[in-house]
Amino acid sequence: MSELNELVGRPWKKPPFVKRAWLRWAMVLGFVAYLIAAYLTIEVNWARVYEGLERGKQFILAFANPDFASRSGDIWDGMIESIIMTVASSVVGIVISIPIALGAARNIAPLPVYLICRSIIAVSRALQEIIVAILLVAIFGFGPLAGFLTLSFATIGFLSKLLAEDIESMDRVQAEAIKASGAKWAQWINYGVQPQVMPRLIGLSIYRLDINFRESAILGLVGAGGIGATLNTAFDRYEYDTAAAILLVIIVIVMALEYLSGIIRERVQ
Amino acid sequence: MPVRDLKGRQVWQRRTGRESLLHWVMWLIGVAVFAYCWQQISASTTWFFVWDAPRIANDIWTRATPPRWEYITQLGKPIWDTLNIATLGTILALIMAVPIAFLAARNTTPSKYVVRPIALLIIVSTRSINSLIWALLLIAIIGPGVFAGVIAIAIRSIGFCAKLLYEAIEEIDETQVEAITATGASRWQVMAYGIVPQILPAFAGIAVFRWDINIRESTVLGLVGAGGIGLQLSSSLNVLAWPQVSLILLVILAAVIISEWVSAKVRGAII
Repeated sequence: MSELNELVGRPWKKPPFVKRAWLRWAMVLGFVAYLIAAYLTIEVNWARVYEGLERGKQFILAFANPDFASRSGDIWDGMIESIIMTVASSVVGIVISIPIALGAARNIAPLPVYLICRSIIAVSRALQEIIVAILLVAIFGFGPLAGFLTLSFATIGFLSKLLAEDIESMDRVQAEAIKASGAKWAQWINYGVQPQVMPRLIGLSIYRLDINFRESAILGLVGAGGIGATLNTAFDRYEYDTAAAILLVIIVIVMALEYLSGIIRERVQ
Repeated sequence: MPVRDLKGRQVWQRRTGRESLLHWVMWLIGVAVFAYCWQQISASTTWFFVWDAPRIANDIWTRATPPRWEYITQLGKPIWDTLNIATLGTILALIMAVPIAFLAARNTTPSKYVVRPIALLIIVSTRSINSLIWALLLIAIIGPGVFAGVIAIAIRSIGFCAKLLYEAIEEIDETQVEAITATGASRWQVMAYGIVPQILPAFAGIAVFRWDINIRESTVLGLVGAGGIGLQLSSSLNVLAWPQVSLILLVILAAVIISEWVSAKVRGAII
């Protein structure tokens, strides 16, 4: 009651986000100190930035007037190569990641298999695509094969992890019912587990296809095939209208993929 | 239930005849597409290099080990730059993403047919282009350096943050908003007291999550000249200094693991 009496007559104030006052102030002060330190160590050549604004304007204008025609052959070849890499690596990645996902689900796999599969996933997730691509280009030579292997490797980490989590959270009852009918291990997976995780697998696969396409656009920067090499050349030659055309094509394809994946995911779920 | 008659025995099947035919055709198309793709890849591959790959891999491995540990003294500044690119980029992105998210959410947008599509277009176009491409573009415009990296990360993150944030805004509890409105609050007061407190945890989670991703991305931005540890990586690769490359890769791996750990801890504390 005394607390209420104390509060009556005082205007209401918003409760702070962090309760302890000293912690709140320490966080604010630390943040400001970091910002100052960061600002002081970043060297910005403002004269160069100012000079660049003109080129920035040209680039934005180029978006209004993209040039699809003069390098259409290169754009077409690069795009086809990107799409081919995307499709092939998604297929291979998905096929490999399904057994790994089964192995990485604790309710299906024994402990040793679980640990091996989890460490494969951890390695694949910790290495970025572009670094893997650099190493694979050094090993396998220039061309789409390196890009294909890179994207397949990245797909394994992504898909196995999310699929394994879905398998772990599945409904045990259905799987047990199948087991009780005398099913073998393969039948148990096929009729007890697979129908439960199929919608999620399809959704994730299409999402990964989308990611793979976006990634395939940059792999060309390090020589691993795809549209990236054409894009890099266009930037180097200051052909902004061609670069704008390539970027627009990428955006349109990604939007189309996203739209398609929305429809498919709605249908399977 | 699809049942097939097999010499008087009733056999259960998973699919009816039509369904299985359809499945079969879809699989056939899928396999044909994959075979075509593989053939294209294989046609533009120099197979001699591929057969030679194990020897090359072994060669690179012997050159790269052991890492040149004393080189780490020169990596302090690049790591600090990388951290700055990720953090400042995330902050800038959040500053720009918040208004866009409010314009894109169905329940807070001022107009569904004009403003919302524009906001969604910004979200999609910034999201679909990789930060390396943004960096390439910005280097052509404002010159190489850390600043280009910060801006590239910021632009790339807008779409991601705004998308997750506007989904959070669309999922808020309307009754709280109505309660604030019923007290006679203005449009901005409703925002500040009805909507913002509900999305604040989601906002903090998104910020930390994106920061984690940005640490990963900023480690490789230097490959195109946008500052950070990637610059050292690219110059070491150019002079084939494999012991330095392996050390840099180890440092990047450590940075990625630490940032993931930090972000998981912070998100665990918030949510």
